Amino acid sequence: MAGTGLSTAEARARAESVARASYGRLLALLAAPTGDLQAAEDALADAFLRALTTWPVSGIPENPEAWLFTVSRNRQRDRYRSAAYRTSVPLEPDAGSSGAGPPGGTARRTGPRGVVPSPVGSGSALPGAVHWDEVDVEAIPDRRLALLFVCAHPAIDPGVRTPLMLQVVLGVPSERIASAFAVPAPAMAQRLVRAKRRIREARIPFVLPDTTVLKQRLAAVLEAVYGAYALDWRSPLPGARRVRAGAGMGEPSGADAGAHSQADADADPPESLAAEALYLATVLAELLPDEPEVHGLAALICLSLARGTARTASAGGFVPLALQDTSLWDREWIARGEEHLRRAHSLGRIGRFQLEAAMQSVHCARARTGRTDWQALLRLNEALVALMPTLGGIVSLASTLGEASGPDAALSFLDAANAPALEDFQPAWATRAHLLAEAGRATEAAAAYGRALALTTDPALRGFLEQALERLTAVPPSVDTV
Amino acid sequence: MRYSLLLNNPEPADVGITEEDMAPFREAFDAYAKSLDAAGVLVAAEILKPAEMTTTVTLRTGTLSIQDGPFADTKEKLAGAFVIDVPDLDAALAWASKCPGAQYGVIEIRPSAISFREGQWQEPG
Repeated sequence: MAGTGLSTAEARARAESVARASYGRLLALLAAPTGDLQAAEDALADAFLRALTTWPVSGIPENPEAWLFTVSRNRQRDRYRSAAYRTSVPLEPDAGSSGAGPPGGTARRTGPRGVVPSPVGSGSALPGAVHWDEVDVEAIPDRRLALLFVCAHPAIDPGVRTPLMLQVVLGVPSERIASAFAVPAPAMAQRLVRAKRRIREARIPFVLPDTTVLKQRLAAVLEAVYGAYALDWRSPLPGARRVRAGAGMGEPSGADAGAHSQADADADPPESLAAEALYLATVLAELLPDEPEVHGLAALICLSLARGTARTASAGGFVPLALQDTSLWDREWIARGEEHLRRAHSLGRIGRFQLEAAMQSVHCARARTGRTDWQALLRLNEALVALMPTLGGIVSLASTLGEASGPDAALSFLDAANAPALEDFQPAWATRAHLLAEAGRATEAAAAYGRALALTTDPALRGFLEQALERLTAVPPSVDTV
Repeated sequence: MRYSLLLNNPEPADVGITEEDMAPFREAFDAYAKSLDAAGVLVAAEILKPAEMTTTVTLRTGTLSIQDGPFADTKEKLAGAFVIDVPDLDAALAWASKCPGAQYGVIEIRPSAISFREGQWQEPG
């Protein structure tokens, strides 16, 4: 390792920070002409591997993103150039051995455009996609938005859209996605492979749909991003992700952001999927600044994650909103969330995520005012349920109603909702139990806590419910049980 | 890329649809095929006779076997197919959603694996 004094560990840290900032950008470009995400992932993985061996020797290239793109592109080109590429081992790219510049970069581009046969049949790449040879490696365009729309395409099973986004836009390994979704790793890997094959074989285009279709499909994209957030929204906010997440708020992105995140790389804690969701949401907000629901989603995730640390007691237990220490809430993230919410509001089209974010905002205001405006929360919650009557929204409304108008009103609302699906919905039972306890109906409350516990798998949440149940049985029986 | 839009629906006779009921759909299909043709994407359009007209032939068991009737009896029957040549799935989806058959049945969109064109088998392009 002579010459640069760069250790393999440093090269790895640098490659990883570039990977975090650029993975989706590079993959979007590499996969677009063929629609073959798997081949593009393989080529990119090869390029990262090569960086680990080359960079300690030759130094970190001036533009690491361009270097990685060029090596990956050559890797793919070699594979497709070989007539029998299905059976042959891909050729070593001749690039990468000549110092820190982009190997085989623009100056050494092999032959004129069009010499490389297109990998798909008789010569047509996917329409609208930029061919590798046409990409200016010094100014790599951002096609992540198109990639997000591919992942949430209506021809893709809704259940695999979030995992697919996490893998191809953010480079989250399949095993980690599997554990987050509580699915065996081989099963998740198979779902991802199947989805990618479908994208390639059915020829889902890697271009942004036109405005009408885009508006129809945006909801699915937001839904899939929300899915990543919903999966572990109780995780604390990881500090190392601030640089990346800031990219959506007008801070430098790409190579510049990479320089910042290099400093953070050493102290990188395990990142939560909710933080990944926040990153995707801020990317979306950056790329679609005029869509109010995009800002609504970004605001919702910002405001919710801002309270992440306060949600977990030091012993790892769950701390409900009302009992949280507001001094632990992250002011900076609250401010970012509020900014997204302001932008959404200025666009004048209300939607589900904006309403949810506004509710979060009302909760966050307690850090300033010391009290919760339950009437405001009630109005927002009612609007949300009117717009989108989900189970979560109905239960949340019952809970808000309990605070605003007392437990009896909330319980009659919950009974009147009469949704059979509430019978198996854990939050419905936890809320009912709380309301019954408030109303002094201890016996019924205990039964409801029992049902909630039977439906709870999360250890922290179980602990919280068990304690509530214990408190309930410790107090003397109330009037209605005598 | 060639896609087949496969029309599946209950047969009119099974659900009490009369000739009179079908007349507006005939007109719609006429307009639909003409718009596909005008856009230069139509390869073939075939509407099939009722499934009971089917004859099934197989050599799967080693000997020639010819039977009357379809090989699988399902509620929804294959009623016809439009073969179109469009750039990608989004274009195929746009055309399929305009197909009159989607109003009363389901349209399966299947990409062609390989097509016989200009005297030889060709991969999609």
